[in-house]
Amino acid sequence: MNFKATLLGAAAAFAMAPAAMAERGADGHVNIIYWQAPSGMNPYLSGGTKELEAASLVIEPLARYNEEGTMVAWLAESVPTVANGGVSEDLTSITWTLKEGLLWADGSAVTSADVRFSWQYCTAEGGGCAQTEKYNDVTDVEIVDDRTVTVHFGVSKPFPYGPFVGAQAPIIQAAQFADCLGAKAPECTDANFKPQGTGPFTVTDFRSNDVVSLAANPNYRDASKPAFATATLKGGGSATDAGRAVLATGEFDYAWNLQLAPDVLAEMASAGKGTVVSSFGTLVERIMVNQTDVSADLGDRRGTADNAHPFLSDINVRKALSMAIDRDLLVEIGYGTAGRPTCNVLPAPAIYKSSANDACLVQDIAAANALLDGAGWAMGSDGVRAKDGVRLSMLYQTSTNAVRQDFQALIKQWWAEIGVETELRNIDASVFFGGDPASNDTFQKFFADVEMYANNFDGTDPESYMANWACEQAPRPETQWQGNNMPRFCSDEYDALVAEMATTGDLNERARLAKAMNDMLMQEYVIIPLVDRGRVSAHANTLGGVILNTWDSELWNVADWHRVDG
Amino acid sequence: MLNFIIRRSGISVLTLFFISFVIFMLLAMAPGDPTASLPLSIPAEVKAAIRESLGLGQNPFVRFVKWFYAFFWIEPMYTIEQLTGLNTYWDQQRIISFQSRSPVMDIVWQRIPQTLWVVGLGYLVGTLIALPIGVISAYKQYSWFDQIGTFISMVGFSVPTFFTGVLLIVIFSVNLGWFPSIYDTTLVVDSWANFVKQVKQMVLPVSVLALYNAAQISRFMRASMLDNLNQDYVRTARAKGLGEKAVVLVHVMRNSMIPVVTVIALGVPTVFSGAIITEQVFKVNGLGQLLITAIQANDIPMVQTLTVIFAVLIILFNLIADVLYGVLDPRIRYD
Repeated sequence: MNFKATLLGAAAAFAMAPAAMAERGADGHVNIIYWQAPSGMNPYLSGGTKELEAASLVIEPLARYNEEGTMVAWLAESVPTVANGGVSEDLTSITWTLKEGLLWADGSAVTSADVRFSWQYCTAEGGGCAQTEKYNDVTDVEIVDDRTVTVHFGVSKPFPYGPFVGAQAPIIQAAQFADCLGAKAPECTDANFKPQGTGPFTVTDFRSNDVVSLAANPNYRDASKPAFATATLKGGGSATDAGRAVLATGEFDYAWNLQLAPDVLAEMASAGKGTVVSSFGTLVERIMVNQTDVSADLGDRRGTADNAHPFLSDINVRKALSMAIDRDLLVEIGYGTAGRPTCNVLPAPAIYKSSANDACLVQDIAAANALLDGAGWAMGSDGVRAKDGVRLSMLYQTSTNAVRQDFQALIKQWWAEIGVETELRNIDASVFFGGDPASNDTFQKFFADVEMYANNFDGTDPESYMANWACEQAPRPETQWQGNNMPRFCSDEYDALVAEMATTGDLNERARLAKAMNDMLMQEYVIIPLVDRGRVSAHANTLGGVILNTWDSELWNVADWHRVDG
Repeated sequence: MLNFIIRRSGISVLTLFFISFVIFMLLAMAPGDPTASLPLSIPAEVKAAIRESLGLGQNPFVRFVKWFYAFFWIEPMYTIEQLTGLNTYWDQQRIISFQSRSPVMDIVWQRIPQTLWVVGLGYLVGTLIALPIGVISAYKQYSWFDQIGTFISMVGFSVPTFFTGVLLIVIFSVNLGWFPSIYDTTLVVDSWANFVKQVKQMVLPVSVLALYNAAQISRFMRASMLDNLNQDYVRTARAKGLGEKAVVLVHVMRNSMIPVVTVIALGVPTVFSGAIITEQVFKVNGLGQLLITAIQANDIPMVQTLTVIFAVLIILFNLIADVLYGVLDPRIRYD
């Protein structure tokens, strides 16, 4: 019997060999460079992208997004839906089943207790978990059996894929983190630097903000993967250095996030050692148009809905501002292949993308001028339009960043051509994005007429992203100036769409609602989208299997990476 | 001398307290937020909870006292426990970095070796080159050697390391492929092959730093030698019939070294603070890179700890320079 089984096994292995080709560790070593070095390996403690991606080599979620933004089962057997019975009819619970025989790198079994623990860890009081939003409304994670958990929500969740989905919400080992709940989380340095994982690699040495050394996980669920026996994730330097190390000198195999001038990248790639890859997600560089009066005389009520903006409350002015912009030129100067012009604040996934606003792709200064003339904004002798003593003179703020300052200069020029005077201002990113209510320079407080930055959303579901522009989301003194509705846009009709989406489960219906919200924002011109920004990375020509993914960690399929003949 | 050292140490303690307080308050008042670099998709309430868990909600004076106690009492006690095995530290809260949520001093200790190896060696090599160049340049003033030495030190002095560093990378890594452009901090020298690797990866950063340091120190050495070569005691020594070798290397050099030693000693703390730019260019990831990433991430405990460590070193090496004065010049007495 044993002999027969062995023979059968051998025969099967033989048959499989051409398909599987490599065995685990056959391809030696892979070198990855992240020019921003990861400071930890626990995405719950640090929400930064660099930590998230580094951790994704080691710890994994139940399901994640592939390169097309489609959800795929990862540690779970399948993605639960209402159709397959995994999600309850009333949308208040979702039941996940772990794959059979899953092991942690230390050889112990992955059970539903680990899944439940991951939720407890992130929601423990005083832990400062960066991903609590993923576990919003979760009332309990019930252990059904060793491999099955049911997540219960306090409300009906049309999109129940927050918990345990994507690189932001992976499963951590209960045994390792048991004593690290809440305020004790930072004390577990060993666990935070070397988490036990189910992923293709395990950490052998971690040096904060410097380098991570990894080795293939001996208990990885696919016995033939990963192809690399060891891996190094080096951090530090700049995007230029990282690009050079892959494309020009060939010292490294993969470089992340090469946000470089298009000609610099092309020059490096001409050495023929590596390939630049880019892919698009939901990141949009946009201008927010303030609907409130920010004049300092208003004291406490400055920048609140109490006082409408003296001229940006006129839709004709907002529309003219958008029409005057040449988005193609912005892309060419700032992003090259890593950007494309967009007229939507919600540019992807495909089912949510509206085509109703594409007129903005063509710059039309003459029409913008005509529009302003028609609206009664008469050109003054100083080249600035005015009406009833109100001059079209604006403050335009953004964060300090070479590309953004180029954009500011160009746009100022275009706006000057339609008789709008612009004063430029840039603020250090750590202050601008800092959210300190005591500072007047934050992007939430928005004490300027227009401001520019980029934003996106995690995963593929735009519900909470689109809800950003509901009335109640406006930052104001009552909310300690927190909130996401920077333009302070407020419309009952929009709020109704937000409320409707929160209770709609049908995907096509959700897409219709999201598009409608996008179109409303675009046609009101309270947000002026500029560039749909892609992700650019580079890999050596000898590294195969790289599929750039903007919906999840870039290293999501590192188990499939392998050596090829360059 | 002992009296002097004790007195100076006493003053140093007060100075250090003052320096750490000023640095802490500057950092506390400076705008910036450690959660600013997180993705915008993380909501504001979550960011507020993170700030709370980092202890940022507390009064800055309370935070300062906590930090001061941790730095000057808990951390030394922890080190003693690690070294001796005695139970001196009692699991008290150590200084925790905002970025990595791990003890600051552990990361500092991890970073010191590469900084000392690369930046320290750059300083040492620079000094060793600079002294003979300075002596010969002065002794043969306006000779071709002096002219070339002056030219090279002007280049080394005025061309910034972010330029020379990248230039060397483009020539020796990209075009010739002789040396790596990225420093591997995990390399353990346990075999001949790895030793060669280590030497190779140190060549470029050490050369950049050596050029920069040598330029400065050789100018000081040359000027100081020139001052002394025309002194009466030199003429006396020569009149006594002493050989040129003895006159220059014993009489003139010893006297010329007095100001140069100060310059060299005061330069040593800058070795620890790391050559921020050079470390970044070659990805050496030593203390300089640690400081700059901490500043970018608003990691206040890390920045505070590192700057105070640098302050301690500067005070210490000032003291050492003063003591060396007395050794080199018997006329200088502090008692």
